[in-house]
Amino acid sequence: MSEGLYSMEAKNYDKTLDLTKIKPYGDTMNDGKMQLSFTLPVPCGPEAVEAAKQLLKQMGLENPLVVYYKELTPGFTFFNCYGSCQHTVNYASIYVPKVESNVMSMPETDQFIREHIGRKIVIVGASTGTDAHTVGIDAIMNMKGYAGHYGLERYDMIEAYNLGSQVPNEEFIAKGKELHADALIISQTVTQKDVHIHNLTNFIELMEAEGLRDKMICCCGGARITHELAQELGFDAGFGMNTYADDVASFVVDQMVKRGIH
Amino acid sequence: MESKLGLDFKKVEKARGYARAIAADVQSFVEQYTTVAVERTLCRLMGIDGVDANGVPLPNVIVDTLKDKGVLGDGALFFIANAMIDTGKTPQEIAELVADNKLDITRVVTRDQSHIMAALQPVIDESLQRIRTRRERREHYLQTIGEGPKPYLYIIVATGNIYEDVVQAQAGARQGADIIAVIRTTGQSLLDYVPYGATTEGFGGTFATQENFRIMRKALDEVGEEVGRYIRLCNYCSGLCMPEIAIMGAFEGLDVMLNDALYGILFRDINMQRTLIDQYMSRIINGFAGVIINTGEDNYLTTADAVEAAHTVLASDLINEQLALAAGLPEEQMGLGHAFEMDPKLENGFLMELAQAQMLREIFPKAPLKYMPPTKFMTGNIFRGHIQDALFNMIGIWTSQGLQLLGMPTEAIHTPFMSDRYLSIENARYIFNNMRSIGEEMEFKEGGICRRRAAEVLDNATNLLEQMVKEGLFTALEKGIFADVKRPKNGGKGLDGVTLKGENYLNPFVELMKGKH
Repeated sequence: MSEGLYSMEAKNYDKTLDLTKIKPYGDTMNDGKMQLSFTLPVPCGPEAVEAAKQLLKQMGLENPLVVYYKELTPGFTFFNCYGSCQHTVNYASIYVPKVESNVMSMPETDQFIREHIGRKIVIVGASTGTDAHTVGIDAIMNMKGYAGHYGLERYDMIEAYNLGSQVPNEEFIAKGKELHADALIISQTVTQKDVHIHNLTNFIELMEAEGLRDKMICCCGGARITHELAQELGFDAGFGMNTYADDVASFVVDQMVKRGIH
Repeated sequence: MESKLGLDFKKVEKARGYARAIAADVQSFVEQYTTVAVERTLCRLMGIDGVDANGVPLPNVIVDTLKDKGVLGDGALFFIANAMIDTGKTPQEIAELVADNKLDITRVVTRDQSHIMAALQPVIDESLQRIRTRRERREHYLQTIGEGPKPYLYIIVATGNIYEDVVQAQAGARQGADIIAVIRTTGQSLLDYVPYGATTEGFGGTFATQENFRIMRKALDEVGEEVGRYIRLCNYCSGLCMPEIAIMGAFEGLDVMLNDALYGILFRDINMQRTLIDQYMSRIINGFAGVIINTGEDNYLTTADAVEAAHTVLASDLINEQLALAAGLPEEQMGLGHAFEMDPKLENGFLMELAQAQMLREIFPKAPLKYMPPTKFMTGNIFRGHIQDALFNMIGIWTSQGLQLLGMPTEAIHTPFMSDRYLSIENARYIFNNMRSIGEEMEFKEGGICRRRAAEVLDNATNLLEQMVKEGLFTALEKGIFADVKRPKNGGKGLDGVTLKGENYLNPFVELMKGKH
């Protein structure tokens, strides 16, 4: 037990932070420490442990340490491992596109709509395609909201329609037209085999075919959606983890005014 | 029974009485109608299986024919029996002729009830015997190799490929799982037919087909014998094919079926009339086959708040109980649902949850309660998630839950990896063993948080049920009482598959299955 408890490795590396060459941090700058867990499809034994270590080395992890392993079922062994990462990343040169709008609170958004648009705006949302999950769209739209952020249904100046789950894109767009939607928002929870990419692409194609793409704000969201991905697919914005109704509402009203959709 | 929570059992009886009245009202509606799904189920009970040249299941071929000709109200059995007498052929042969357009079963000579029953009787006996044999096989296993202690450890597999599911399921059983649920592919609940044969493609789950049931049953029997413990198989009698999936499960030895009276209405927007009629037949079958049903109240708390809406879970459990009793399903097979969905930031959330779980245990003493793990507040922080699951497991053992649906640290990220299941089973076994007798050792302080919480939830549930007796279940669903979801009586999917029973209608299985446990 004793030798594993304290790290006796010499720390003969540069311990100053350089944002052009960052690497993981354990307890000392530039120690590169990472933790990993995974399963290999081989029986438990010294060969399995060696295979795990070699894999870590190939991943650029020095001093690979297998701290725990266990055969889950014959022919499959689970590992917990640590190692020191040798790769670095130039943090200083990174650029990530983000949703560009100031996030307003619910009353601020309502006031913004009164002042700049002068009527209630219509937002229609659904979990479209085969996705049966309503959790995402509910979090954004339901009166109650999520994690202390009220949903769009509670906004005085937003008429919000939540069409639920498994709504075909065609039906969703038709409903959007019928309700004179200013914005259409789609939630995608199931992302297995990239089913969400196919569905979202299909949605944009239909919008373009109908000639509606420029007339409505189109947003998508979900735990595996990023703004960058959404833009690549042709959406105006994507809302990923830790975004709420306020983010969506602020973006939509800001865009409506900027693009003169009102 | 002495209540550890000081529950007022007179009030419980009052609430149960209201639920009985609500269920009786539903029942009087349900018994006048049949659906395409019920009629396809009867085709399957006649031994009709397989698909036509276009891949349409033969039960659909028969029932669609009847529906197109506007005679569905007379029921599939009436026409099949007459065709049997007329042609001297078996129901399967008749279905094949119909599929090939070589026979119009609506234009055969019709006979009186006694001839019809005489023609049907041998096939009915054979089907019932097939189900009984399956049931006896399970009972034999339980007597010989036995089963794990309660709460049963319940895990899911969801690869989309039944053969890959087998690998995952057997691994889970070896690690200690007692129940394997094969999650269905996204969207199956809205198919108005059951796909045929073994399947290897699915999104977020695997198609429920009779062949897939057979493949998994065989794999679980193998691994059960290996580990010396009977491994139960679970699937989903929900969506537009509730009773059909029930009968396939009964034929293939499934042990547990999700079978909620309201879930499809609330969460899949299936028409309420359709679902309530379908759930009656599917529960009759599950009751007869010795299958434990699971109800879906846990889902309410994924949309509504676990503190504010706790009483709707109890109210719905009571209604589900009464609807199940009406279908002849015994209490010992009622896996009534609830869930651990308190916000982790809530002060004393654990105590409120403990009170609610203990309350349900005492109100439904014979039921193998189905306890669902945290999902709503699982964030992707797998380390905190593992602790949330640990708290959930503590309540499971403390309050003697029946089926513990194990939470995965990677909930909200992906369908479980083999290693996720291992970590979850290890978590549950550690806690169940370490805290085995905590429920017998601990008492709830008089006037304390737990007792007060249980009394409050019971009060609110009783008041809600009293109000629902006046309005009826249909109106309550239209008003959005459960899960904050509102559904119109004539809205949703599948209403066109509902029809009034005609004068020739017969379904002898209802009485036969309800009477012979």
